[in-house]
Order: sequence, then structure tokens, then C-alpha cells
Amino acid sequence: MSPPLVEVAAISRSYSMRSGMFGRSTAVHAVDGVSLTIRKGETLGLVGESGSGKSTTGRIVLGLEPPDRGEVRFDGKPMAATGTVAWRAQRARMQMIFQDPLGALDRRLPVATQIREPLDIHGLGTAAEREDRVRELLRAVELTPAHGARYPGALSGGQRQRIVLARALATKPDFLVCDEPVSALDVSIQAQVVNLLCDLQAQLGLTLLFISHDLRVVRQISNVVAVMYLGRIVETGSADDLFARPEHPYTQALVSASPAPGRRSAGRIVLAGDPPNPAARPKGCAFHPRCPRAIARCASEVPTLSAVDGDRQVACHLVTGTQARDAA
Amino acid sequence: MSPLVSIRDLRVAFSGVPVLRGVDLTLGKGEALGLVGESGSGKSVTWLAALGLLPRHARVSGSARLDGRELLGAPASQLDQVRGGRVAMIFQDPASALNPVLTIRRQLSEALALHRNLSGEAAKAEARRLLDLVGIPDAARRLEAYPHEFSGGQVQRIMIAMALAGNPDLLIADEPTTALDATIQAQILELLSTIRREMNMAMVLISHDLGVVAENCDRVAVMYAGRIVEQAPSNQLFADPVHPYAQGLIGALPPLDGPRRRLVAIPGTVPDPAHMPVGCAFAPRCAMAAEACGVSAPKLAPIADDRAVACIRAEASRRALLGIAAE
Repeated sequence: MSPPLVEVAAISRSYSMRSGMFGRSTAVHAVDGVSLTIRKGETLGLVGESGSGKSTTGRIVLGLEPPDRGEVRFDGKPMAATGTVAWRAQRARMQMIFQDPLGALDRRLPVATQIREPLDIHGLGTAAEREDRVRELLRAVELTPAHGARYPGALSGGQRQRIVLARALATKPDFLVCDEPVSALDVSIQAQVVNLLCDLQAQLGLTLLFISHDLRVVRQISNVVAVMYLGRIVETGSADDLFARPEHPYTQALVSASPAPGRRSAGRIVLAGDPPNPAARPKGCAFHPRCPRAIARCASEVPTLSAVDGDRQVACHLVTGTQARDAA
Repeated sequence: MSPLVSIRDLRVAFSGVPVLRGVDLTLGKGEALGLVGESGSGKSVTWLAALGLLPRHARVSGSARLDGRELLGAPASQLDQVRGGRVAMIFQDPASALNPVLTIRRQLSEALALHRNLSGEAAKAEARRLLDLVGIPDAARRLEAYPHEFSGGQVQRIMIAMALAGNPDLLIADEPTTALDATIQAQILELLSTIRREMNMAMVLISHDLGVVAENCDRVAVMYAGRIVEQAPSNQLFADPVHPYAQGLIGALPPLDGPRRRLVAIPGTVPDPAHMPVGCAFAPRCAMAAEACGVSAPKLAPIADDRAVACIRAEASRRALLGIAAE
């Protein structure tokens, strides 16, 4: 097994939110004690609904936001303080891609210039080398130098996301955080970008944190998957195994809610209630008000994430694995 | 049985650029039809055109009949009876379809006054019944709430209640769950299918999500670049797609179980409506395209009961598909 590149240890982050103009401010725990390990060359998929804290986790991992508690280690070293020389050097090794490529690109600059920008910022190579690198990057994302001369408005959604990907790869990063990178794309284009991402990962040995609400895409690209609910990880395990045999009632509902051609909705688990509000987190297990199997204990005691079977970890009072059973 | 809706050779052009290039569709009473395709393929425009909801610069031609009565070019007074009455529509973004400064009761009562001539206590009682029907808890009290006091899933339920206010024969749901989380999407889809069964209402479900359409519709029409390229009962379409584009769409969908395989991506992008290729619009992206594909656009032709495909190689691609399945 390859050594870990990114280690996230019990990070928490809360924001204060005021309800109404004169309301008291309340703390919103966006991320609460999340620990993750991403091994070199592997992909960790982070799944969850809106408000589950998956994007905040991605931002903290990249150092775009400091955690209130906990620590992120990159390649064995803690993240350097923002703005320092060491931080800059570290940041060149990690990049990110967002959902909306048009929002991430400057509409008034030819895209080749934008791909070159990270090279200029980090002072990599001579002017001629940078031009070569831009052409090489365009080829890597299956576009031509002619595309580079265009402005973002003259490219399609899929082509724009390729440009964003090329720019993210410019500094030869080791680690890429992808936050819903294909969610805004049509199915046929989505498949092109997912295949490209898989190919580039294999060629360049990239390590990925892939954040998405789309279970299918996550399974396609990830080695390990973590499911988040209201700021906590409720289940984690290898991608194939987790979606085939979900253990946590929330993961079971998510998998069951994913529509599949050729399967009628018979036997679907339809959760009652609304998506959770991070500002009013239920006591005990945050999922218990919507959980079809909740017992009294779930309302009072927060379940901890514990190993169940092999590499599977589940945070649920009702799921006890071999280890827990052995101990009892 | 005469169809509820029959659309014939419907064409729409925006400032001279054709976006809908001859659509034929029929819909039976109580039937659920799914419409899939990429953005810009004309899924929504078809219904906006049929209901006279397009802006004035849109040029619409062809025919769209509801129970045999022509809708295209019908007087506004007749269309007002149809829209929101016999045919209701719900959209992807429910929050922008509600007025933020009016209570839910006022907005529901408006629809009830317009289409059912209800007012005062009768309207209030009916509004409450509708909220109950769509599963809003504590309906009597929540009637006096404003849209921002509801969650996204609840707002979509309210939109469904409002659509049901006129007792429609047909509900057009345009990406009704796209903006919602997966677990809420499952709730809304279940609600729609329950209501449809109970009220014996026909439904057109427009979605880019093949899974959503497959599970909730009897029949599916696949659209590409302003035309229908394949039409089939949903189980048959997903088990055995014939048109290369329909095959591509299904191949591009990552599986949730079983072995992982490389996704079959459709190369290239949708053609620009202003520079549509001569012949089949899909030919430039089609792996099976032949010379003849670039000459003239194939017509939607029946290949079996209930099934129609617009591809000159429908037969050949069918064999190719069987070949793949045999591997």
C-alpha cells in the first residue's frame, strides 16, 4: 500500500450565523472532527448532500481556510502558515477544480494565457519553456493550440472544464481537490471529463480528493469513499464495497435513492423529513430524526466512527462489526 | 382511444435559428412520458411552444392539439383555460416561481379563483387540502407562511400543490428534482407518482437524468438537436437502445454496482443550432456514421410496436449492439 500524501486529523470548523437583524449569533458546525487519509496516487471520494460540510473539508485540506481545531499534514509535514514562502512552495503542489468553469476563468483573457498564469506566478521556466508547457497541457487535456487562442465564451462547457484542468496541472501538482467538477456538464460530456481525469491520474500519478453528490461518478473514480452527514463522516470504506453493501442507514438511503435505468422504484428507501440544517444539529446522532431504524440511544449519544469489517468504518449504534462484537 | 395531446411537426426558430426541427409526439390519457436529452436539445421548448409560452420573437409552426383542439395560434382566452387549468407545469427552480412577499394561501387561492372559481373559506379549505395532499405537515398553520419559511423540497411540494389546483389532465414537470438533494429527490418523485396514480393524470417528465426518467415513466423519447431520435417503452429503451445517441447516453452513465468499466464517452459536442450539419445532426459524433448520414436527415420511423428510431442504420446498429452484448 502506498504511503499517505494527505493526512487530516480531527479537523473542525464552525462559522457564526446571525438569524435576523437583531438575532443572536449561533455557531454553525460545518465540519466537526473529520479525519481522512489519502494515499499517494489514490482517489478519495467525499459524498454528501448540500450542507454536509464536504466543500468546507476540501477548502481546509487545501489550506484555503484554517481549521478551528485539528491538523492537516501534507507529505508528512504540517501545512505551512498562509502567505509564507514555504506555503507558496506547498501550494504549487496542490491545486483545485470547481464546479463552474466559467466562473473560474477570466472571460477577457485568451485561455492559453490563463493556463500560463500559474507558471508565471510560481516563476517556473523561461518564457519559451512556459509556452511549450502550455501547448503540452492543451494536448494533455485533448485540446489543440487553436483552442488556446480562444476566449472562455467561445468554448463549450466541457472544453472550459478541460482548460481549468490544464491550468490546475500547470505546476505539476501532486494533489488535486475536485469539487463537483462534472456536475454542471451533460452526461455525454461528463463521461469525457471523467475518463480524462482517470487517464491523467494514471499518467501523472496524481492524488485526488473528489467531492461530489453523484454516487455514480464518485464510484467510477474513487478507491476509497467517505460519506458525510452534517459535518461528520458517517461511513467510509473501499468504493466498490461501500456502494455494494452500505452499512450506515444514511448511506443505504443514499444508494437506494440513486435512480437506475432498468430498475423500478420498488423497495426504495424514502427518507422522511427535510435535509438537515447545520445551524440546528439534532442531539445524539445527527441522522436520528430521519433514520428509519433509530432507537432511544441514538437521540442522546453521538456514535463514533469505528471499524466494522476490513477497512470499513461506520458511525452508527446499530452497526456493530466483528471488532465490537469481539470486545463485547 | 384518442390521444390527450398530439404534436405534429412542431418547429421553433429564435431569430431565424431553428431550435426545434420537426417534433412529433403523442401522449395518451394518464400516461407518463419521459423526455431526455442534453441541454439545448429542445425538451423544454417543445412544451413552452405548445402552450404558447415562448417570447414573441420565436417563430412557431406545426400543430399541437389537446383533445383534438388546436393550441398553436389559439386565442389568449382559450389558452388561459388550458395553462394552469388542464395543463400545469412545474419547473426546476421552485423558489423563483413563487412570489416571496405573498403567503402560500394567497398564492394558492389565486390559482383556485382563476381555474375553479373558488373564493373565501372554500378556497382556503381547498388550499389546505392540497397542502395536505402534497405532504406539508401542519397544513392549516403553514398556509399563512411565506415561501422563504420552507425548505427547497417543501417549496417544490407547494409548486406541485399549485399545479394541482386546476385539476389538470396533464402535468409537465421540467427537471422537477434537479436542484434537490438525492434523498429529497426520492421523496418528490414518489409524491409525483402517487398523485399521478390517484388522479389519473398524464405526466411529461423532462430530465437530463436517465435513471429518473426510466423509473418514473412508461415511455421515453430521446431528443437530440431539436428532434426526437428514439422513442420506446422505458424498459425496452434502457435494455436495448437502438439509436447510437441513445446507446451513447446509456454507455456514458457510470454503473453503481458490478465491475467498473471505462465510460463510453460520446466524442465532440452538440452542434451549434446556427450551423446544423446537413443530414443527421448526430453524424459528426457518431461512431457508426456512413456517407449517407451526411446527405439527408433520417425520419423517425417505427421499428416495432411502440418503438421508433430516426437512424438510417437502425438495423445495422441494432446488430452491432447485439454483438457487443454477446461479447
